[in-house]
Amino acid sequence: MTGTWLLRGVRPLGGDPTDVLLRDGRIAETGSRRNDTSGAQVLDGDGLVALPGLVDLHTHLREPGREDAETVASGSLAAALGGYTAVHAMANTDPVADTAGVVEQVWRLGREAGHVDVRPVGAVTAGLGGQRLAELGAMAESAAAVRVFSDDGRCVSDAVVMRRALEYVKAFDGVIAQHAQEPRLTEDAQMNEGVLSGVLGLRGWPAVAEEAIIARDVLLAAHVGSRLHVCHVSTAGSVDILRWAKAKGCDVTAEVTPHHLLLTDELAATYDPVYKVNPPLRTAEDVEALRAALADGTIDAVATDHAPHPVEDKETEWAAAAFGMLGLETALPVVIAAMVETGLLDWSGVADRMSTRPARIGRVAGQGRGLEPGAPANVTLVDAAARITVDPTGLASLSSNTPYVGRALPGRVVATFLRGRATVLDGKQA
Amino acid sequence: MKHLLSAADLSRDDALAVLDTAEELAQLAERPIKKLPTLRGRTVVNLFFEDSTRTRISFEAAAKRLSADVINFSAKGSSLSKGESLKDTALTLEAMGADAVVVRHPASGAPHRLAVSGWIRGSVVNAGDGTHEHPTQALLDAYTLRRRLGSLEGRRVAVVGDVLHSRVARSNVLLLHTLGVEVTLVAPPTLLPVGIEAWPCATSLDLDAVLPKSDAVMMLRVQRERMNASYFPSAREYTRRYGLDGWRLAALPDHAVVMHPGPMNRGLEISAVAADSARSTIVEQVSNGVSVRMAVLYLLLAGEEAA
Repeated sequence: MTGTWLLRGVRPLGGDPTDVLLRDGRIAETGSRRNDTSGAQVLDGDGLVALPGLVDLHTHLREPGREDAETVASGSLAAALGGYTAVHAMANTDPVADTAGVVEQVWRLGREAGHVDVRPVGAVTAGLGGQRLAELGAMAESAAAVRVFSDDGRCVSDAVVMRRALEYVKAFDGVIAQHAQEPRLTEDAQMNEGVLSGVLGLRGWPAVAEEAIIARDVLLAAHVGSRLHVCHVSTAGSVDILRWAKAKGCDVTAEVTPHHLLLTDELAATYDPVYKVNPPLRTAEDVEALRAALADGTIDAVATDHAPHPVEDKETEWAAAAFGMLGLETALPVVIAAMVETGLLDWSGVADRMSTRPARIGRVAGQGRGLEPGAPANVTLVDAAARITVDPTGLASLSSNTPYVGRALPGRVVATFLRGRATVLDGKQA
Repeated sequence: MKHLLSAADLSRDDALAVLDTAEELAQLAERPIKKLPTLRGRTVVNLFFEDSTRTRISFEAAAKRLSADVINFSAKGSSLSKGESLKDTALTLEAMGADAVVVRHPASGAPHRLAVSGWIRGSVVNAGDGTHEHPTQALLDAYTLRRRLGSLEGRRVAVVGDVLHSRVARSNVLLLHTLGVEVTLVAPPTLLPVGIEAWPCATSLDLDAVLPKSDAVMMLRVQRERMNASYFPSAREYTRRYGLDGWRLAALPDHAVVMHPGPMNRGLEISAVAADSARSTIVEQVSNGVSVRMAVLYLLLAGEEAA
């Protein structure tokens, strides 16, 4: 499937139909109605929206250690089917990705699978222990060239460790991606703290536990002149703090998950752990604030927090279940439903929040470069008029913990190209 | 009605049907042979993932007086502590042919999971789940109140103590509200859940202001583990501010009653004077519990055949 591709009649960023020629791994030309198709494979893209290949800052590929839930190969295939050409693989594997050896292993597995560029995230602290910095420089200089560091799943709650990490990664243009969760305020927390947690008798996870850490971290980052990225922002209060920090000139970026743009804490009333996620689903007011923040750029990126879990870790009582939900194969449809169909974001906005900015935050070379001639041929074609119905048994992920079972969502990824090579065609693995 | 998971499942008519049925069944306890053949051949499983001898024997007595076969399944060491999963336990009970499963579980929502999972076909009765609900306790409390006060509509009940962690408080607020009772929750601010202003009840931080206006006061058990978690400074301070001592007992109207779901911490949330006074319904609540649980099992299981 390598070689030259002519994408006929596609609509770059939702604009007028045109032809796009992919050659030698780059976007060679765009322009209407090319007749010369010699040597090129032709894809009749009549009316499909063309986006730059999507870039995810936040996935859990579970390998090494939990290959029963996901592998680099299965998770990166799920990513390609979701329209992604690059994903960041979080560090909370077993063993933890806190050494050059582990990040190189993940990076190599990604290359061998070949579905997307797999960019390992390095742990901030050894063993995610929160005490002692991991060998950040060694991971940065490894073949994996790590630039994003995160203890995701755990918060770097010690202010001194956080400060040192923010300072240290400046030497190689790295960024600390913080999982903002004050640990004492969220001990044994199960769902958003609000009216419903009280009624359901589930221990609350208060918004302030996220907001207090974000407030501290933007001040720390400003103080030491470092770059900070905030993972999975989930509350209206966090948005206010980020808006303030950006106005003050802090070098802070933030991401929001698709599920926090669509789902609310009301779903916990089912006690079905498929809706158990960390940070928890919040209120409708939070969802509105997150959508507005993504629209105005206060939140820079959509990141999936794709978190596969085997059936037995979800088929339990709520308190015993694992946190997390799948995201890679439904992210774009959810964003279309939450942001495009509501008129909050146009297609160039989608490209910006799901490709350009995440690539820039992760310092991912050759990704997020748009659809202009000369850019690497990372392209996603979407049938915006189609609707998909989510079938958990039909997913490429090894796990099935999607919260969208049976839901009809707009938009179907038809094709994905990674440096001019089709990874997905007709919605299936190429 | 197939299951009893929450007091919110009960309409006013449903709740009154339970109380009225319990009245009829209570007369049985005064006969020499305390047994009815109603549930002969039916199997009731008491599935207890948490120790609660008093609730278990209450359900056991209720089922046996209706001639059901009773299996006690103590499953401490649930999936929360890496034992057998809730699902496998449920499938085991289903294979044994349980018509009703009375479940006590430390995780909120576990009975709900059992009821909707498709793992079992029988009725599920919530006998207390985590910090969520304990609907049969609320039913027996309503039954006790109605017997003592004659009526429920418009009565005022104060529920005092650790509302945050209390399944008894949650179920009582829902059920008593349905039955027209005005409930006031009284607790230190640390032990009132966030969002309580949305509950169908009033709240107060001042027990002394509430007592003179109450037809009943229900004291909640204070768990020992709360003392080391900064919910209140000390047991003595809790007792001074929120305990029912002799002075506060005297501040109640003459007709008012004193309730406690048990087990009590004498000297902490309730003094011996209050617990043992003529106003106390604490022992009655235990015997009423059997009648009310008989009524619940009867209405869930005997009604099923007619349907």
